[in-house]
Amino acid sequence: MGKYLDIVAGWFGYRYDDWALLTFGTIANVLVVALPVLLAVAMIVWVDRKVWAAIQIRKGPNIVGPFGLMQSFADGLKVFLKETIIPAGANKFLFLLAPALSLIFGLVGWAVFPFGEGVVISDLNVGILYLFAVSSLAVYGIIIAGWASNSRYAFLGAMRSAAQMVSYEVSIGFVLVCVLMCVGSLNLTDVVLAQKNVMFGVNGYFFSGLFPMFVIFFVSALAETNRTPFDLPEAEEEIVAGFQIEYSSMSMALFYLGEYANIILMCGMMSLLFFGGWLPPFDWEPLYMVPGIIWLFGKIFFFFFCFAWVKASVPRYRYDQLMRLGWKVFLPVSLLWVVLTSGYLVLFDKLPG
Amino acid sequence: MIAAICFYIFATILVGSAVMVVFSKNPVHSVLFLILAFFNAAGLFVLLGAEFVAMILVIVYVGAVAVMFLFVVMMLDINFTELRKGVQDYLPIGLLIGFILLVEMVVIVGGWSMSDGIAITITAATPPANEITNTDAIGRILYTDYIYLFQIAGLVLLVAMIGAIVLTHRKRPGVKKQNIGDQVRRRRGDAFEAIDVKPGQGIGKI
Repeated sequence: MGKYLDIVAGWFGYRYDDWALLTFGTIANVLVVALPVLLAVAMIVWVDRKVWAAIQIRKGPNIVGPFGLMQSFADGLKVFLKETIIPAGANKFLFLLAPALSLIFGLVGWAVFPFGEGVVISDLNVGILYLFAVSSLAVYGIIIAGWASNSRYAFLGAMRSAAQMVSYEVSIGFVLVCVLMCVGSLNLTDVVLAQKNVMFGVNGYFFSGLFPMFVIFFVSALAETNRTPFDLPEAEEEIVAGFQIEYSSMSMALFYLGEYANIILMCGMMSLLFFGGWLPPFDWEPLYMVPGIIWLFGKIFFFFFCFAWVKASVPRYRYDQLMRLGWKVFLPVSLLWVVLTSGYLVLFDKLPG
Repeated sequence: MIAAICFYIFATILVGSAVMVVFSKNPVHSVLFLILAFFNAAGLFVLLGAEFVAMILVIVYVGAVAVMFLFVVMMLDINFTELRKGVQDYLPIGLLIGFILLVEMVVIVGGWSMSDGIAITITAATPPANEITNTDAIGRILYTDYIYLFQIAGLVLLVAMIGAIVLTHRKRPGVKKQNIGDQVRRRRGDAFEAIDVKPGQGIGKI
């Protein structure tokens, strides 16, 4: 990334080591990642709606622009032009802070996301922990929204969300422990590179013993991002729209942006942790001719398709069943897998590093 | 330069929000200020080069503990003006206790000395930061020199957790609970049957 910084610095007649420019370069870097992510969010909402439509044998958005591609932008404009209503009993500052927080926490995770070898804003040594921390923060937007709205429905949604996210974080944590025991590093670039040629020329931990962990991670990711079948915080039939009931116009749109940015980040995490990130699926020379970023985007897109697929085909969980799945099924299984993985690594002397 | 600016920003916000935790009127605001304080403490750790501790602070305290605090504080319906009623009466005692604690801390810090043996183990166990990541460095100390203390700390936490569950868990008779096994085993045929109803006759008994 330093090379690109130098080029950007050159345009403005500065040197890279100028500290003011370092700040500027960082901001430029952030924009280079954040703007495409926001654009991707707009497009992925369209993909989402198209996939549901296809599964339900409808057409989906098809009026605005070619294939309805501009639908998200039209929706954005519509929402932007509406009035922001703040309830009289709401805590005004927190009420407006909550949607902003939810978008911010959806975006900051991308700071350590490697798009290729060395193509990352910050190549943090503890990248996995950072992503884990950020994904666990997403709950704050929802809790604060629920409390600041001063509405019972919103509050119930916030409580559900808090309990749900804290529960599923535990199993996500154990899944991450399994992966990083096999890698021997918390750095995301190392995680991807360690997956090169894992088994018979296959890149990624998909076919190794980590496959059950991938399944748990996928389901927990659905719960962390409040997607169906775990969208109880916003269950329409029970608590109308949950935490976002009092929100209108742009403040509501920010929740959606944050939610989808988080979903894409989770899909990205799955492709980095289990499917070899930017590496092609097989360790075969001609496949490396395709740029790594295309493999990465392809994987992210595939997992997003799975998210949409699940949303279109699975009914919502009942709340006690949701808690049971998190605490009584996923937690013991992932903990057992940590023991098994570490036992295997020690027994066969395969500990990395 | 940037590090210094960041330090002062983090430190100022940290101290400011720590003060606000104590002084804000609304308990929910207190918890939110506490979270802000945790964040800035994590920022200070990053500046120190202790990124592992910083991330763990955010994951454990901000991501889990503070969520539970918020959860509880939001659910409680506390009238804080009523709670603060006796503050005038208890102020002298409170100040006295605070003063005693301060004196004790000064005595402890003033009389602090380190034995030679400990100084050697501490310096020997931490290799330079550019050779090894600090996750690795912490692991090497924690799981070698301090393994017993580490395990004991884990056991203390386990006992505390089991204790909390035992103390608060009570058997409630007459509560309807679901048996997951039964529910999963339940088939369509157990729940209803299809009946061909003749027109104008009904199905007889209900």
